[in-house]
Amino acid sequence: MSKNPASVNDLNSLVGRAYRHGFVTDIDADTVPPGLDESVIRLISRKKSEPQFLLDWRLRALAHWREMREPHWAQLHYPPIDYQAISYYSAPKQRTDGPKSLAEVDPKLLATYDKLGVPLHERARLAGVAVDAVFDSVSVATTFKERLAAAGVIFCPFSEAVQQHPQLVERYLGSVVPYSDNFYATLNSAVFTDGSFVYVPPGVRCPMELSTYFRINAIKTGQFERTLIIADEGSYVSYLEGCSAPQRDENQLHAAVVELVALDDAQIKYSTVQNWYPGDEQGRGGIYNFVTKRGDCRGRNSRISWTQVETGSAITWKYPSCLLRGDGAIGEFYSVATTNNYQQADTGTKMIHIGTNTRSTIISKGISAGHGQNAYRGLVKIMPNAVGARNFTQCDSLLIGKHCGAHTFPYIETRNPTATVEHEASTSRISEEQLFYCLQRGVSTEDAVNMIVSGFCRPVFKELPMEFAVEAQKLLAVSLEGAVA
Amino acid sequence: MSDARPVTAPIERNAALAADAPPVLEVRDLHVKVGGQLVLRGISLVVQAGEVHAIMGPNGSGKSTLAHVLTGRPGYEIVSGSALFEGQDLFALAPEQRARAGLFLGFQYPVEIPGVNNAYLLKAALNAARRERGLTELDAFEFLALVRAKMQLMRIDESFLGRGVNEGFSGGERKRNEILQMLVLEPKLALLDETDSGLDIDALKLVASGVNSLRAPSRSIVLVTHYQRLLDYVVPDHVHVLAHGRIVRSGDRTLALELERRGYDWVGGEAVVA
Ligand SMILES: Nc1ncnc2c1ncn2[C@@H]1O[C@H](COP(=O)(O)OP(=O)(O)OP(=O)(O)O)[C@@H](O)[C@H]1O
Ligand SMILES: [Mg+2]
Repeated sequence: MSKNPASVNDLNSLVGRAYRHGFVTDIDADTVPPGLDESVIRLISRKKSEPQFLLDWRLRALAHWREMREPHWAQLHYPPIDYQAISYYSAPKQRTDGPKSLAEVDPKLLATYDKLGVPLHERARLAGVAVDAVFDSVSVATTFKERLAAAGVIFCPFSEAVQQHPQLVERYLGSVVPYSDNFYATLNSAVFTDGSFVYVPPGVRCPMELSTYFRINAIKTGQFERTLIIADEGSYVSYLEGCSAPQRDENQLHAAVVELVALDDAQIKYSTVQNWYPGDEQGRGGIYNFVTKRGDCRGRNSRISWTQVETGSAITWKYPSCLLRGDGAIGEFYSVATTNNYQQADTGTKMIHIGTNTRSTIISKGISAGHGQNAYRGLVKIMPNAVGARNFTQCDSLLIGKHCGAHTFPYIETRNPTATVEHEASTSRISEEQLFYCLQRGVSTEDAVNMIVSGFCRPVFKELPMEFAVEAQKLLAVSLEGAVA
Repeated sequence: MSDARPVTAPIERNAALAADAPPVLEVRDLHVKVGGQLVLRGISLVVQAGEVHAIMGPNGSGKSTLAHVLTGRPGYEIVSGSALFEGQDLFALAPEQRARAGLFLGFQYPVEIPGVNNAYLLKAALNAARRERGLTELDAFEFLALVRAKMQLMRIDESFLGRGVNEGFSGGERKRNEILQMLVLEPKLALLDETDSGLDIDALKLVASGVNSLRAPSRSIVLVTHYQRLLDYVVPDHVHVLAHGRIVRSGDRTLALELERRGYDWVGGEAVVA
């Protein structure tokens, strides 16, 4: 006869509201047929009128890739990917080679970004965030270029940087993630189509947040973008990355590479809110996200921070890392990864301490609901010369329901006795006590769960730029919706 | 079943109110199991508007169980009996509905909710109740003005607003925070489960004055306590002794004084019923 409601056992399905960015834009596209060989690489390179060095680099990558095998050490399960069934280039047809201003951008594309909540009209931008929008394989618009140029900051599509600043590209491309790095990075090096390029000159504090919004639209295409950010001596830049994709039954591949270079006293803050389509409740469809992100703290007292909120993708394979080469360099990794339904995430970081007195901080928050599987994989490596290196790692998992899982794989390699490495880990469930406390104050179950989960993620959210933090919180709520009955 | 000592008649000042309105709380012969054990074995209790009741009783007698089952905490099996809140079947309502209707529990052990801002939870709670009553929600400024005034009353530093709910609070701070929440939410019936335990003497006076400031003809309070001391400051209309899942004795405030002198054996012996 008891009607005593909402026990944690009913918490099971915090899953459910439909993906909101799952629409398809009906636009004429220039798509090469599926398949990968030298001719495709040459075609991509020709379409982009690339200099010889870049074509050669791509071809070396392709040759190397053919000798490589897909890695399967991660805690991920998926059917084999047929790399010959993917189209490696898709671009919306344009009247000219590339839009010179927003007025030349196809209105359908502008409408797409409006719908995604990323209005490209500069006047519509509230808080002065400059955006580079990448639609399938190409960049369709970059805003606020003039204002940035006045500060000496270069922020443009990668393909434009290749034309306008080939010496910078040649010098830094592959200097952090070499073309031979790993299966997906090597594939990306061969076929990458576009992405963003940032250069901040010495002593300049970038006057606004820079951001790239990636959108996969075309069917049966992969997205292989490449981002390169260089912060010259004493400069500062904060960069945001957002992503989404249409809702489709088949899986789509996304294999990006991000390279960051921070010279003496420079600082780069790189934030990601990843909301690729995660697949449906049965685990059909969704993006396979295999990404290589690495920052090189090349200079003295340089600093690179990765902050990521991963709510999307069917599969996430991603380890934003820092090479702490410069003496006194600082690397940071703040991550929230959620998996719901049948999503799988294997994510973490590597902090390689090379210089003296280098420091790193890792805060990882994994949330699993439904049948989601979440793995943290981290490596802290202290090299022999890294005198006085310090690392602090905290790795917490939150489970919602009975069918999900959390796994932690921390690897620590210390080759210098002066190093201090601390690791803390916890796994918890939303406690019935916490939930009841909120309910007893009149808060609904759904709001209570969102509050508790946000509270759990707070140490990461507070690292995000303000507007992004709000968006991240909303996404989290959507991604976990329905996980509590 | 025992109808034990019937609850005393409402005292004069509330007679008018009580005449046409149902009692705030009316528990009838409530039997509740926890973990397969019968813990409440026929509780009957009537609380009229404006009254303060004190429930005393040995450890493990079922005081918190009663508070939890009335507020809808999961894990309790209601075997038989009923509970009405202003004439409404309490057990038909979800816990958050009971709260919004004006039922408040001051927890014996307030839980930490890391990262959830104290002010944020309290504002959400207040606005949920206001929505329910058809009132407009308070915005951040109105809320802050309200909560600041109450914090001064409870001598709670403003920095507590920005901290996580009970995160790193001392035992006494948690209890004061419970009273702060009660003062902001202004419930019709507050069940305060050992809010006086673990308080230093100054904090006890603060908590007592907080509780007294809420006393009104339209509001009722049930204090669960082990100590006569609190009742020196918050003078109850009725005192009940709960032992082995039953109210074995009820009386006025002198019962508490007598208990203090004679201990629970005095009332407990007769209550041990298989
Ligand atoms: N989940 C449970 N499983 C089994 N027994 C329980 C459970 N919860 C409570 N009990 C038992 O029910 C009885 C009543 O507990 P309750 O917490 O209501 O006591 P109390 O009167 O509040 O005691 P105290 O004065 O120590 O706070 C105790 O014997 C306790 O062990
Ligand atoms: Mg108790």
